[in-house]
Amino acid sequence: MNRVATAPGRRMTRQKPSAGNRILGVLGEILITLGILLMLYVAWELWWTNIDSANAQKQVTQNLVQNIGDVKIGDDTEEDIDYGPAPVAEVNPGETFGIMYFPRFGSNGSHHPVTYGVGRDVIDNLGIGYYPSTQLPGEKGNFAVAAHRQTHGQVFWDIDKLQKGDKIYLQTKEGYYTYTWYETEIVQPSNGDVLLPVPHEPDAEPKRSILTMTSCHPPFTTRLRIIAYSELTDWRPLEAGPPKEIREMVKDATS
Amino acid sequence: MYAWIFRNLPGPIWLRIIEALILIAAIVLLLMVYVFPWLSQFSPFTESTIGLNTP
Repeated sequence: MNRVATAPGRRMTRQKPSAGNRILGVLGEILITLGILLMLYVAWELWWTNIDSANAQKQVTQNLVQNIGDVKIGDDTEEDIDYGPAPVAEVNPGETFGIMYFPRFGSNGSHHPVTYGVGRDVIDNLGIGYYPSTQLPGEKGNFAVAAHRQTHGQVFWDIDKLQKGDKIYLQTKEGYYTYTWYETEIVQPSNGDVLLPVPHEPDAEPKRSILTMTSCHPPFTTRLRIIAYSELTDWRPLEAGPPKEIREMVKDATS
Repeated sequence: MYAWIFRNLPGPIWLRIIEALILIAAIVLLLMVYVFPWLSQFSPFTESTIGLNTP
């Protein structure tokens, strides 16, 4: 057996390539480059956007906390006082007006700022966006918000994990609005009547205040929308301190 | 293309490797910070809002 003949490449590496080979070589490099660019874009979308979003959310949360002033944390003594009906929150275009707390989300709960508007400028970086066409927190009707399910902070990643009795808290400069989850549904992306004062009932007069959270479904697609409904069940003024379930989270978010 | 760039970087081989790595890092950073955020406005994959009344 002639071993040299079985490895012919070794002796020919320094030969000048023909024009056709060079064109093929460049074409190959361009294709490899495109492949790498696509992978980088996916990495950006799935990973980098979360970091960008976390930084931006931290920033607006800090600004909001500064505007609210000192947040009293309180203790158990003021737990069972009834503070009456919730006032309507004051919300101005463009501003970040609240922080939402989700004890169910993540391993230890999560919190995100809420900002007026659902454009890309808001939900791509600032966490939760408020649909300006819907009602305000404390108002009769539908307080509707949107956030990304995955990427850009994956704020509502665990939206499908909400169960009976789960609470969602909104802190504004007025106080703490407590919402209790009662229903989740999956709808088509065009199904805007989930944002009506009474979802799916165009002519109905709203009798209660609800919170509607919208996000993508299934995760990593935009095929459908997942809609989670909660009802306003309690309210406390800011001075009374946060409900005890989120005391640690509020301390963490506002320090 | 890449071989040509590598051959034309100045310095000895170890320096050229470092230069190449810096170049790659700079390009990736440029893509992540400026190009991809701009590109994503044309991407249909990140919509999470609903209905017609969204800007």
